[in-house]
Amino acid sequence: MEAYLDNSATTRPCSAARQAMIVAMDTVWGNPSSLHQKGMDAGELLRDARTAVANALSCRPKEIVFTSGGTEANNLAVFGAAHAGRKRGRRVVVSAVEHPSVMKAFERLRDEGFDVCVLPVDAYGKISLADAETVIDEETILVSVMAVNNELGTIEPVEDLRRIIRSKHAPALLHIDAVQAFGKLPLSVNRLGADLLTVSAHKIHGPKGVGALFVKDGVRLVPTAVGGEQETRVRPGTEPMIAIAGFGAAVKAMRIPPLETIRELTDDFKQRLSALPEVVFNSGEDALPYIINFSLPGWKAETVLNFLSDRGIYVSVGSACAKGHRSPVLTAAGLDVRRMDSAIRVSLSDETTAEELAYCADGIAEAIRTLRKIS
Amino acid sequence: MKKVILVKNGEIVLKGLNRSTFEDILIKNIRRRLAPVGTFKFHKSQSTITVIPDDDDIDFDLAVACMKRVFGIVGFSVAVVCEKDIESIKAATLEFLGDDLRAVRTFKVNGKRSDKRFSMTSPEICREVGAHILSNIQPLTVDVHNPELTVTVEVRDQVLIHGNQFKGAGGLPVGSSGKACLLLSGGIDSPVAGWMMAKRGISLDAVHFASPPYTSKRAEQKVKDLAQIVARYSGRIHLMVVPFTKLQETIKDNCPEDMFTLIMRRMMMKIAQRLAQERDCKALITGESLGQVASQTIGALACTNAVAEMPVFRPLIGMDKDEIITISRKIDTFETSLLPYEDCCTVFTPKHPKTRPVLSMLEEAEAAIDFEPLIDEAVRGTQHCNIDAE
Repeated sequence: MEAYLDNSATTRPCSAARQAMIVAMDTVWGNPSSLHQKGMDAGELLRDARTAVANALSCRPKEIVFTSGGTEANNLAVFGAAHAGRKRGRRVVVSAVEHPSVMKAFERLRDEGFDVCVLPVDAYGKISLADAETVIDEETILVSVMAVNNELGTIEPVEDLRRIIRSKHAPALLHIDAVQAFGKLPLSVNRLGADLLTVSAHKIHGPKGVGALFVKDGVRLVPTAVGGEQETRVRPGTEPMIAIAGFGAAVKAMRIPPLETIRELTDDFKQRLSALPEVVFNSGEDALPYIINFSLPGWKAETVLNFLSDRGIYVSVGSACAKGHRSPVLTAAGLDVRRMDSAIRVSLSDETTAEELAYCADGIAEAIRTLRKIS
Repeated sequence: MKKVILVKNGEIVLKGLNRSTFEDILIKNIRRRLAPVGTFKFHKSQSTITVIPDDDDIDFDLAVACMKRVFGIVGFSVAVVCEKDIESIKAATLEFLGDDLRAVRTFKVNGKRSDKRFSMTSPEICREVGAHILSNIQPLTVDVHNPELTVTVEVRDQVLIHGNQFKGAGGLPVGSSGKACLLLSGGIDSPVAGWMMAKRGISLDAVHFASPPYTSKRAEQKVKDLAQIVARYSGRIHLMVVPFTKLQETIKDNCPEDMFTLIMRRMMMKIAQRLAQERDCKALITGESLGQVASQTIGALACTNAVAEMPVFRPLIGMDKDEIITISRKIDTFETSLLPYEDCCTVFTPKHPKTRPVLSMLEEAEAAIDFEPLIDEAVRGTQHCNIDAE
């Protein structure tokens, strides 16, 4: 048996995406910028995919910019917004638990002379709105906070940030990295108050190599690359139609199950883990149920991962091993070293079955029985 | 232009009656190393081996890059072959070395006439060729003491013209000193140790200890990648991967914690030695450096060494970490060594390892367990493969 429980890393491409990509390769392979019929056919496919993504985010198709994935969309949002807004202020605000594609972009902004404020988080990786109220000021031009944390599943209170930005009369754009929330929580850019929002195809059963940035109508970004007229010049380059076709199809096939369903699915798994005295949960009670992060203090996460992998159970380590760098997210959440080094992330998709989770729980129990402790 | 490579072999010339054997090994190594470039003929004479390509259109830049990694070569140069008359020599010099001469400010011509039937003497050749260069390339001056470029004209049974020599890798031809078995962990040190012994003419086998699931498949791949990089210098490496989990778990379950590492290393030496004997290796090689970690103190090394029945080469023993890193960067293993995968030396590390171990205490702790069947099992379960340079 196999249990693929690393869906926050990537998901299995769905058959609709596969079919759409084959069509894009075999038939509709023109350049959407070409004026002839071949180009127009490709243009139609591009428009169709763009509309599908826009519908999923409740925005207009013209507000969707396709990128090469979540990383590029995050980079474009952060650099594009900061560079476009530098005359209005120097302050930029970010949470301490962002994905490296946001965090390292802010580090570069700091080098460029921006005043970077990092919002601290609690033991579950959640920011506090009170902190946001303190740092967001009239000089703030960008606030970037993720919707769901990729390591802990923590749901950040992003929908309250727009209100704070408004009350502080800040000229700030609000960027939400929604890569982990997409397909799991209903996302409406208006309800979230987002100016910029990142999604990625391969986390929703689409192909790797494509993502999208929602750019609210009227918001101006300084492009990070220059070239042709594609994607309203914010992201030049001939559109990767095969990937975009797959993305469009995956979005259309996307069904967001009620959270309650996922919670019921994970309840038994969590109970079985709770019964093991060695297990400490790192994800909070109110975290997105798709992500369960826990530690087995004394064991090394990498060893447990290898053990499970040999049995066809695929999870990820919450933090790199002692030789690598420790996770900034778990560090920010204040986990001690033993918990950090033994942290394991189980992540689900809408396809995950109760059998897979039961098999994984068996594997973890067996690992504890079999493997020697390291520390 | 017909070009050849002139190889100055190093210490080999001192080898007296064995010299021919050394040269033959070197030629075999060069032939293998140049295989991706093309096929070649070899001509031995006094202190030079001439490497003659079968095809004139080979990529000489690639050949130079390959030659720089062949041990047993002090220096080499790419030479152009030309007709035995002075007008041809002058023309060939400009055609072959014109770009190099235009890139420098000073030069000299070095004439070597070994064919005394040639009508001009060496000084005459120098004057003639030098004047020709000066009249065609400006601004350029002659500096006989410290020239940036030395143009050498050798008149033998044919005429060979070449510029500055490339520095070779030095050392002895791999294989001329026999074969030894390297303990290859995946860290920074052991690939460097293997490289250093290959430089002294050792042909390498390597043994790696894997402890799945404590160590991962990726760690094993990393070791294969490292061996592949070292093989660019040493030639093919026979890699042996030993299943070590049971032994490590047994040590963990039964031995005092502060002795884990040393007992483990003694077991590694025993297994490596068994495999080395099977493969006809005459010595073991480790990347140990005195005092670097607890298992590399003088006392710890004595305890590890006590199980060895063959010489153990420790070429890094007197080197500092930064010196080792400098070499690992030079031979390009550093980046790969840094990949953060657990290796078997880092699992079950005791909190307070013994730095002044007593051999009798280790032997006593080991005597409580019957390690022999476990060692047999590990040797039998060892996976063998050959690693070649890319």
